[in-house]
Amino acid sequence: MNKTISIDGKTIPFKTGQTIIEAATAAGVYIPHLCHNPDYKPHGSCKLCTVKINGRNCSACTFPATEGQEILNKTPELENDRRKITQMLFVEGNHFCPSCEQSGNCQLQGLGYYLSMKDNHFPHFFANRELDASHPELLIDHNRCIFCNLCVRASQQSDGKNVFVISGRGINKRLTVNSTTGKLKDSNISVDDCAAQICPTGAILKKRTAYAVPIGQRLYDTKKIDEIALEQENKE
Amino acid sequence: MKKFIQELCEKNNFQSVHLLTILRKIQTKYFFISKEDIEILSNLLKIESTQIISVVEFYSFFHLKPRGHYDIFLSDSITDQMLGQQSLANYFAKKLKLQLGQVRDDGLVSLAYTSCTGMCDQGPAGLINGYPITQLNKARINTIVNLIETQTAIQDWPRSIFTVNDNIYKTDLLLHQEITQGEALKATFNRGLIATLDELKQSGLRGRGGAGFNTAMKWQFCSEEQSSERYVVCNADEGEPGTFKDRVLLNKYANQVFEGMTLCAAIIGAEQGFLYLRAEYLHLYSSLKVVLADRYEKNLLGNNILQKNINFNIEIRLGAGAYICGEESALIESLEGKPGIPRNRPPYPVVEGYLNKPTVVNNVETFLAAAKIAIIGGQAFAKIGIKKSTGTKLLSISGDCERAGIYEYPFGTTIRQILDDCGAKNVLGVQVGGPSGTFISNQEFDRRLAFEDLATGGSFIIFNQQRHILDLVKNFTHFFAHESCGFCTPCRVGTSLLKKQLDKIVDGHGSAGDVVALEELCQLVKNYSHCGLGQTAANPILSTLQRYPEIYQSKLKAISYEPGFDLNASLATARQLANRDDSGAYLAQVEDE
Ligand SMILES: Cc1cc2nc3c(=O)[nH]c(=O)nc-3n(C[C@H](O)[C@H](O)[C@H](O)COP(=O)(O)O)c2cc1C
Ligand code: SF4
Ligand code: SF4
Ligand code: FES
Repeated sequence: MNKTISIDGKTIPFKTGQTIIEAATAAGVYIPHLCHNPDYKPHGSCKLCTVKINGRNCSACTFPATEGQEILNKTPELENDRRKITQMLFVEGNHFCPSCEQSGNCQLQGLGYYLSMKDNHFPHFFANRELDASHPELLIDHNRCIFCNLCVRASQQSDGKNVFVISGRGINKRLTVNSTTGKLKDSNISVDDCAAQICPTGAILKKRTAYAVPIGQRLYDTKKIDEIALEQENKE
Repeated sequence: MKKFIQELCEKNNFQSVHLLTILRKIQTKYFFISKEDIEILSNLLKIESTQIISVVEFYSFFHLKPRGHYDIFLSDSITDQMLGQQSLANYFAKKLKLQLGQVRDDGLVSLAYTSCTGMCDQGPAGLINGYPITQLNKARINTIVNLIETQTAIQDWPRSIFTVNDNIYKTDLLLHQEITQGEALKATFNRGLIATLDELKQSGLRGRGGAGFNTAMKWQFCSEEQSSERYVVCNADEGEPGTFKDRVLLNKYANQVFEGMTLCAAIIGAEQGFLYLRAEYLHLYSSLKVVLADRYEKNLLGNNILQKNINFNIEIRLGAGAYICGEESALIESLEGKPGIPRNRPPYPVVEGYLNKPTVVNNVETFLAAAKIAIIGGQAFAKIGIKKSTGTKLLSISGDCERAGIYEYPFGTTIRQILDDCGAKNVLGVQVGGPSGTFISNQEFDRRLAFEDLATGGSFIIFNQQRHILDLVKNFTHFFAHESCGFCTPCRVGTSLLKKQLDKIVDGHGSAGDVVALEELCQLVKNYSHCGLGQTAANPILSTLQRYPEIYQSKLKAISYEPGFDLNASLATARQLANRDDSGAYLAQVEDE
């Protein structure tokens, strides 16, 4: 017999060992997420995937699906709070979308649109962050890092390297590069590494590829992030 | 330098789980952890240097830049503030001729604030090179400054500077008398392990660290896991501001605590235990080692304990300054030599704990109580207290009262009774359970000490009518922002936003919508954070906003909106650059209405 959970009243089958987000994605139900990518071990830090399971808030990307869970996902309350969490990420760093190379292809921005974010709501931190343009082919703009840990995991789990670590505590978190100078050029990253492609925002970019696609035809110009995420993640 | 680190790593078997231990030694010897040291360690321990940097940056007592040879931290608990810490800190800085938060140019001394050091009954307190200084006053500061300027070695300082008192004022079942060494283990073996777990069940004992999980159930779950290895961990991180009872237990009742750990090990089948001791309690380290050595000698630890074919060892591991390491899964990460970032759950520590093996984590007082129960039996324990809260609870009482110190009460005791006993007068309210707990007003003194009413890990801070609510709320809110581990968005960003938003109101820049915005933010941080720290970080604001909304409202300006952005302050750099100081170089935030 098939085991099932229910999300917003819809019955969804799952296999033992699947997380809620895995079961949902396979069934074509989108749960917002930023630090989750099905190729990597879940992290559970951005909290955008928060759903209500039998009345309790849980992270869908880490929480295992179990028989009979009654899950709320797309409720006004959750969407409202997810918007505020997204706004927190915007004010924490320095995101100037109109001039950003990643504009239109950025998951943070895409999520902002999806959640009808119209302003930043919270006061800005104006964090003093650096730009690392030392590498001939890659660029890190620390202003745009949301500490999702995906580059860290991709480097470890796919590339068999250890190029990145997130260090620091609290609001002083920072992405650290594993090299004697702390600069990307002295690390063993290569432009083809998964870690170089994975960033959901414009924090890690390939040089000389920016603004190639005109406005109107970029990834999230044509479709919303829910549709694209489901397409991409079910293809894999 | 390389030789020292080489030997250090050798002594720790080149294992990265000992990273904190190793870094502590380097920090103590060289006053910082240099890039070069990190490279050497990286090679010797075979871990990435970034991993080491992430540990150094995470803990308050590790530094990438040199600290003074005399490194002073002043405790920033609200109780220290109430005892005049701020003016003393300024006095201290003036005497030392340095700026608070800085290292003096000659590198001799540094002075900074740190979170509560667990000496609230004898503050203002602090740490010098890791060792506690208490009851600071100007005379004491003068003495200390003198010793520093004459570069007297810490070992040669008068012991009185480092005196720490137990201040036990009221004893009951547990504190009345420590058990005889070995008594609980003998009783356990005589009765049988399963029968003793049954007694623990009957006792109804719940964890004393705050969350109140049933102890027997935790031990049983852990013992039922399929695994060849298991661990027992005693949580002596005691970071909740206003709590210091575990310090006293480890000073005076350590034998009984270790005995509780050992009987837990026997019951669940663990061979290795850890005492995770907060860095601030370094002064207890050597005496605890003596107690352990004595227990090994008497065959109460080690191999074949009391000829019962049971092996168990206890190792003490010191923290390095991080409140979050009291959270059990963060504590386990820290034991493994990593930054203290709480894990995802499930799995819980009883299933996957230290090195992913089943692990029981209990508070110091829980182990103390378990040892007592092994002797007197579950019924005798359950007789004390009330239905869902059996036995007694240790309180660390501080703040405005005549006798701050340790008190043991049966659960169910009223707050009024407690206040009477410690000599508290004209009370405005009490913070029960520390910043993460609840503030109760003087209209609520008939409430009771109990899991079903006012639960507390032990912190009990009293405020009299002269105190201002917003002072304590501000202190607590800043504390959480400082201690957030930064893993999850709602707490990392949210606690700092709470701090900004609260300060905006307290400093008189708030306007109509600001209290509502504050409350909304509180709910967000509370409902979406990953662990207990974020989930309780808004409690100080929420519990006082509920009781004293008028205090918050009275701080608001009559205008409808004021931006968080301080226009005039932001112009400071421009004024400096333009070398202007005329009235035209200053702008009002909003037009006068
Ligand atoms: C932020 C945070 C800090 C904590 N600090 C402590 C602590 O210092 N000591 C403690 O025993 N428990 C602390 N806890 C609770 C532990 O996570 C855990 O529940 C406890 O150690 C279990 O032991 P017990 O069942 O004996 O209480 C803390 C929890 C959180 C969320
Ligand atoms: S650089 Fe990008 S991928 Fe890496 S942690 Fe920051 S946001 Fe995530
Ligand atoms: S709630 Fe705070 S302390 Fe807990 S994991 Fe999140 S950031 Fe870290
Ligand atoms: S996607 Fe689940 S917490 Fe980030």
